[in-house]
Amino acid sequence: MLEHDLLSALFPALPLAAGEAEFHAPSIEEFFPPVVLFEGTPFELNRIMIIRLIVTFAIVLFFYLGTRRMRLVPTRFQSVVELGLQFVRVNIAEDLLGKKDGQRFLPLITTIFFLVLGMNITGIIPPFNIAGTSVIGIPLLLAIVVWFAFVYAGLRKSPGKFLRNTLFPPGVPWYFYVIVTPIEFVSTFILRPVTLTLRLTMNMIVGHLLLVLFFSATSFFLYEWQDAGLMRLFSVGTFAFGFAFTLFEIFVAFLQAYVFALLTAVYIQLSLAEEH
Amino acid sequence: MLRAAHAEEAAHNPLIPALPDLLWGAVCFAIILALFWWKVLPAVKKLLDERAAKIEGGIERAEQAQREAAAALDKYNAQLAEARAEAARIREQAREDGKRILVEMREQAQAEAARITAHAQAQIEAERQAAVTSLRSEVGSLAIDLASGVVGESLTDDRRARALVDRFLAELEAEGDGARTAGARTRA
Repeated sequence: MLEHDLLSALFPALPLAAGEAEFHAPSIEEFFPPVVLFEGTPFELNRIMIIRLIVTFAIVLFFYLGTRRMRLVPTRFQSVVELGLQFVRVNIAEDLLGKKDGQRFLPLITTIFFLVLGMNITGIIPPFNIAGTSVIGIPLLLAIVVWFAFVYAGLRKSPGKFLRNTLFPPGVPWYFYVIVTPIEFVSTFILRPVTLTLRLTMNMIVGHLLLVLFFSATSFFLYEWQDAGLMRLFSVGTFAFGFAFTLFEIFVAFLQAYVFALLTAVYIQLSLAEEH
Repeated sequence: MLRAAHAEEAAHNPLIPALPDLLWGAVCFAIILALFWWKVLPAVKKLLDERAAKIEGGIERAEQAQREAAAALDKYNAQLAEARAEAARIREQAREDGKRILVEMREQAQAEAARITAHAQAQIEAERQAAVTSLRSEVGSLAIDLASGVVGESLTDDRRARALVDRFLAELEAEGDGARTAGARTRA
């Protein structure tokens, strides 16, 4: 019973009730699959949570094996691992924060990049086919962590300068502060985490819904609709779109991971800056 | 069943996080952060430092080798210059020595020649004296023999004979002197 639940939870597309000829459009319920384990506790596990744990395990395995015995002259696998880490270190952290501060915030930025990338990419990897970041928990959590990171960075460096630069930007006539200061406050301390969260979550939700739409339409036209006739040819078009959007989703997975990590570095950099 | 599904649908807002969602997200985040913070990034940093040290060490060694090569070249050049100077000095010395030896030998030869000349002159003088002496005595006896024969008188008496000879010779010399003086006067 439990095994069957687990199986159907992981592969929801497999056992279809035969003989239905009605097209089911994907709904938001895609992202709230049935609970598999620990029902009723705060640690309820559903399909997406299991995918997250698998991704976490994969990341740990990948980087553990890649950095277990590092050699001066790297093996092929070590080169790949180093290349990934170097991309985050050089192109995101050190590029924006410089060597010293880049080093300080490197663990956070690296974690965000690879966590988001790993969780995003499951959206197109069978049999997962849904992104771990497509439910709001992880994006929101990361946005909150980033919020604390840039506030900590600014307050640690110089509380007065941070608050003045953020809320009372220099070069503005003092009477404008009546308008500017509330706007700056909202945009810095509220909109930043909100946009971080929503940008990632919505990208993943929409990407998944599009893929489900195209592939279930293909399935519908191809064989679910018994008397489709020439309408079957539509399946070619919907499959082509599904394939194209799969490639696009790979790109989006990398792009959103890059954007999230880059914005983390940008926000920290703005908090550390002497002047805006 | 249908109503339950609808109720569930109404309860699911994608913008509101469920507690398990946040908790499992936090667990994943914590695990990966710990991995990078304590394991992966320190290992990579150590590796990069080692690699940088190795590259810098290589450059340092190359520079060291270059410095040593340059030092060796300088030393070699210095030795070469020293050897050249030494050779020139020896050549100069030899030339001077040769000159000096030549001068010494010439002086020696000249002295030798002078000595030989002086010796020869002394010998010639001695022989001339001997010839003059023997000639004088022989001429004396010849003249006496001749005069004896002419005057028929024995002039064997030594005392008178010597006086006669001396007078004769003195006359002879005087004549000779007078002839020489006359010759000199004529030439003048």
